[in-house]
Amino acid sequence: MLGFVIQRLLQAAVVMAVMSAVVFVGVYAIGNPIEIIIPPEATQEIREATIKRFGLDLPLWEQYFIFVTNLLQGDFGRSFIYNVPVLELIAGRLPATLELVLISVVTATLLGVGLGVYAGYRPESWIARGIMAVSVLGFSVPSFWVGLILILIFAVNLGWLPAGGRGEVVSFLGVEWSFLTPDGLSHIFLPALNLAFFKLAMMIRLARAGTREIMLTDTIKFARAAGIPERQILTQHLLKLISIPIITVFGLELGSTLAFAVVTETIFSWPGVGKLIIDSITVLDRPVMVAYLILTALLFVLINLTVDLVFALIDPRIRARGA
Amino acid sequence: MTAVLEVRDLRTEFNTRAGVIRAVDDVSFTLKRGEILGLVGESGSGKSVTGFSLLGLVDPPGRITGGSIRLNGTELVGLPQSELRARRGKEIAMIFQDPIATLNPLLTIRKQMMMALEAHQHMTTKAAETRCIEVLQRVGIPDPAARIKAYPHEFSGGMRQRVAIAIALLHDPAVIVADEPTTALDVSIQAQILHEMRSLAAETGTAMIWISHDLATVSSLAKRLLVMYAGKVVEEGATGTVLRDPRHPYTRGLITSLPAIAKPGEDLLQIPGTTPSFLSLPPGCPFAPRCESAEASCDKMPETAQSDERMWRCHYPLGLSGPDPRGAQQ
Repeated sequence: MLGFVIQRLLQAAVVMAVMSAVVFVGVYAIGNPIEIIIPPEATQEIREATIKRFGLDLPLWEQYFIFVTNLLQGDFGRSFIYNVPVLELIAGRLPATLELVLISVVTATLLGVGLGVYAGYRPESWIARGIMAVSVLGFSVPSFWVGLILILIFAVNLGWLPAGGRGEVVSFLGVEWSFLTPDGLSHIFLPALNLAFFKLAMMIRLARAGTREIMLTDTIKFARAAGIPERQILTQHLLKLISIPIITVFGLELGSTLAFAVVTETIFSWPGVGKLIIDSITVLDRPVMVAYLILTALLFVLINLTVDLVFALIDPRIRARGA
Repeated sequence: MTAVLEVRDLRTEFNTRAGVIRAVDDVSFTLKRGEILGLVGESGSGKSVTGFSLLGLVDPPGRITGGSIRLNGTELVGLPQSELRARRGKEIAMIFQDPIATLNPLLTIRKQMMMALEAHQHMTTKAAETRCIEVLQRVGIPDPAARIKAYPHEFSGGMRQRVAIAIALLHDPAVIVADEPTTALDVSIQAQILHEMRSLAAETGTAMIWISHDLATVSSLAKRLLVMYAGKVVEEGATGTVLRDPRHPYTRGLITSLPAIAKPGEDLLQIPGTTPSFLSLPPGCPFAPRCESAEASCDKMPETAQSDERMWRCHYPLGLSGPDPRGAQQ
């Protein structure tokens, strides 16, 4: 098991090294931020001083070397636009995204697996058909449209829930959270629902397909032939056997939603990192873009690592291979 | 000896879009305590569905539509699932062809055995574990106290099947339905398991229904044979008698296609044609289109004929003089 972890950590380090180079070159090869940072009427001296200050006169490899050295010390540089450390900027926005995404992905997974298992277990029932109809909707209706309709119905017409913003926040562990206050919860409800809808549909389909497949296997027949109660067959056999693809998709969804919840964040004016990156791209705030992409890569690497470890915990055959 | 299992006119049907499939058609047999009954037939003859019907485990859209299954004197047909569940594993158990597929790869042997044990019996963890180890020992797992903590992938194929057999034996059931349990194993392991199953049946008094397409395996184990074709029992009798002197042309076909019968270097004899689809069975005897002895009267399903502890369903039974003109010539 330890060998498995070390091997995985080494792989993660290689991925991060490659990512840092790709991101750095990719971002620094496009556009010229100087034109945006300084006013057009600035003198040549100011212009050159600014270029020097940001290290933009150095060759690309030297800029990369400085960048990586700083990175390893936890320094992601300063934003060209806000003139604050990038990490501080992102860290200030991250909790908003984190709570929104965690609530929606976790809820969608728990609910989706429950509904999907039911739909796979009793495929002929009317409830199962209803569940599948909802999942088709979740798949085929675009997220931005669902968001607008949710606002139209619940915020504009019914006036039950607020249309945007984080609402009242409360500080916990030095970070501000919305979900701990009733007002914050009412604000998070609609954007979380919007984000969860598609994932719910996907989890339903995944759990249903797994259930239908597993319920026909000899493992289930053998368990039934031994007289094991259905409830136990579902919880002990079925849920474990369908868990591998569900955990895989859960990890991928968690990562991609954290990184790209931008549509929902924009519609519901949710001040998360998704909005930050879109703003940074429009003004070519290179340090923010690079740091964001690096952190996203790191996030995926960490999630994948965790998913692999969870696999090993669930499946003894994977443990045996890794040892 | 008393009958532990009495099956009368059992009928299992599948309602499909293409029509009703009668996979088990008026199957009757009696199983005595400790007896091993061989159920043979080609793939698709309904033998596995018969096995599942006995446990009330036919997957929908299939269901038992008629007949009677009496297990230890209790009628099983029509019992609610909860009652059936209480008997499954306790009074009637089943083992399957592929032990890799039957055991859950994610759970330890201990967990899987404990679940099967606790399904019918409340006992302390310690007593339960002792019982599991004892049964593992009985099926020939070396060092069961240590091996019980292992996962299925840590066992060889033969050992895995022994574990499955141990789970089936946990409650000393009256009947074990064995659905091709040695087909996926090496020949040498097969022989071991067959030998052990026979002595287990003799020791514990557990009766067995040994389902197989392999006449050679079954005949080394079973006292009586039941030959199925297209959902119907076409012949039944003591193993030796049936093999030596088959009445039904299908049985003879199965026997002559055994590799041991053919002379070395010569082609194996085979039954012409394939198993018919259940959706387009001929009106009378389902074997008629493949049968050398078929005549016009085979358009009607033959009645069951019986004599001296054996039965068959054929208008022109082999080895008998009388109504069959060919029988006289042979």
